Amino acid sequence: MSNTQQLEDLVIQVRRDILRMVHKVNSGHPGGSLGCAEFFVALFNEIMDRKEGFDMDGIEEDLFFLSNGHISPVYYSVLARAGYFEIEELNTFRLINSRLQGHPTTHEGLPGVRIASGSLGQGMSVALGAAQAKKLNNDNHLIYSLHGDGELQEGQNWEAIMYAAAKKVDNIISTIDLNGQQIDGSTDDVLPMGSIKGKFEAFGWTVIEIEEGNNINAILKGMADAKSKTGKGKPVCVLLKTVMGNGVDFMMHTHAWHGKAPNDEQLAIGLAQNAETLGDY
Amino acid sequence: MKTYTNTGNKDTRSGFGAGLTELGKTNENVVALCADLIGSLKMDDFKKNHPERFFQVGIAEANMIGIAAGLTIGGKIPFTGTFANFSTGRVYDQIRQSVAYSDKNVKICASHAGLTLGEDGATHQILEDIGLMKMLPGMTVINPCDYNQTKAATIAIAEHHGPVYLRFGRPSVANFTPENQKFEIGKALHLIDGTDVTIVATGHLVWEALEAAKTLNEKGVSAEVINIHTIKPLDDKAILDSVTKTRCIVTAEEHNYLGGLGESVARVLAQHKPTPQEFVATNDTFGESGTPAQLMDKYGLNSAAIVKAVEKVMKRK
Repeated sequence: MSNTQQLEDLVIQVRRDILRMVHKVNSGHPGGSLGCAEFFVALFNEIMDRKEGFDMDGIEEDLFFLSNGHISPVYYSVLARAGYFEIEELNTFRLINSRLQGHPTTHEGLPGVRIASGSLGQGMSVALGAAQAKKLNNDNHLIYSLHGDGELQEGQNWEAIMYAAAKKVDNIISTIDLNGQQIDGSTDDVLPMGSIKGKFEAFGWTVIEIEEGNNINAILKGMADAKSKTGKGKPVCVLLKTVMGNGVDFMMHTHAWHGKAPNDEQLAIGLAQNAETLGDY
Repeated sequence: MKTYTNTGNKDTRSGFGAGLTELGKTNENVVALCADLIGSLKMDDFKKNHPERFFQVGIAEANMIGIAAGLTIGGKIPFTGTFANFSTGRVYDQIRQSVAYSDKNVKICASHAGLTLGEDGATHQILEDIGLMKMLPGMTVINPCDYNQTKAATIAIAEHHGPVYLRFGRPSVANFTPENQKFEIGKALHLIDGTDVTIVATGHLVWEALEAAKTLNEKGVSAEVINIHTIKPLDDKAILDSVTKTRCIVTAEEHNYLGGLGESVARVLAQHKPTPQEFVATNDTFGESGTPAQLMDKYGLNSAAIVKAVEKVMKRK
């Protein structure tokens, strides 16, 4: 549907949404959100086969599950701009009586969200269940999921990773956001995880690496590659190397902006680095 | 006084298995998951008859709950099976976020609840599960009394949209409810009419309550016995109507008195009709190894304990 320029324009607008959302309520998680802006834009606008509108069961369409729910700002922005709800609703992020809770939930009925996430490590199991439901329904569409790299420290992931290969759940593409950062520091400082690629391969997954995870064309190419590997008896993992805080220079390459909002001055700098493209909400 | 006949001891987990077998035939959306306890949960038939709808997840309960939540997306009705301990405490956060908060139509089916799984001891004897589950917003909590009722409850919960915790057990216990009696979630069953005391019981303690009523009748005490198979939502009206008549109540359950049926009943009474109440339940303790009968005796969970509690509560009227 889109050419690269359109997608890149959307990325810049999504960055502005993220910054403005977290700034307004002085809370939320801009770092990981910015790092995944290109991925979300590519996924929802180019990669996934989506139906118009939203229903929970999502029959005959690709589905997405966000496991690291704290990057809700990028999720909400991309959902709104993909037409799931009015972009003005981004104004309500984290406010009382909002459907845009701090972490995504089905509880308030926000279109586009199929599971609550926030408590880490649960999303892959849910995605696998949805993938198996698709198989039972003879629905050939795919399940996509996104997980943080630090999140892999949660043990439930490894139950799910083991299960997926054992049960040949080959209609899932689970992407790991390899930004190398978590709340307390770099993943290497907090709890080094060794070779994530080696671990997934040892568990029986096909692994695709996207070295430039903030480059739209690299994402499109890598995800097309991943898609071509589905249906072959093995689950597919994409290792997406991203830069936390991407697109806002002072937020990049650090864990400092994991869960911290910019002040007025910082917001102005961030927005100046990302001039309005499609229109602010 | 109305009396009930035990048609032969049977384990409630087999009632679950039979109900699941029935659902396999009647509802194609029902799927089942098990964490390496197919035999213990009596899920063999369902697995054999519907291998494509059965998911062996291995010893990975957290993953099982998540997969179950995911299977609902696409219209499936997942029944998860493992021991009560591993169905609740071990996976509380998974149930809380991926099932309850996400409003997923998952049926968490838990065997070997309470002390009476016996010799395995306290690591496996959860006495806190009703409390854990009833505290979750939107969760329905059901603890049927015998084989027939467990089978009926298993079938009934497939028709109810929303998360359910279904609790049953390992030992063979009296089977006395009518075969094929319709199971209505949240509707208490009046078993014996009485005027002096109300006994509300859940699980296999219902049979003990019936036995206690017989003993009490011989002593000239008229006990009303109510089977509370659904702890949440609780049938407040049935309890209040009964205590209006009897003016005292004993609750009986195989669970800690903190967080169980008794506490739910106390809440209803405190809000609407303060009434003397005694608790037949475990007293904030872990269990231990032993036979079911020995454990019920030692921890005060049998008809004798109920009779004693009735005598105590009647003096407080």
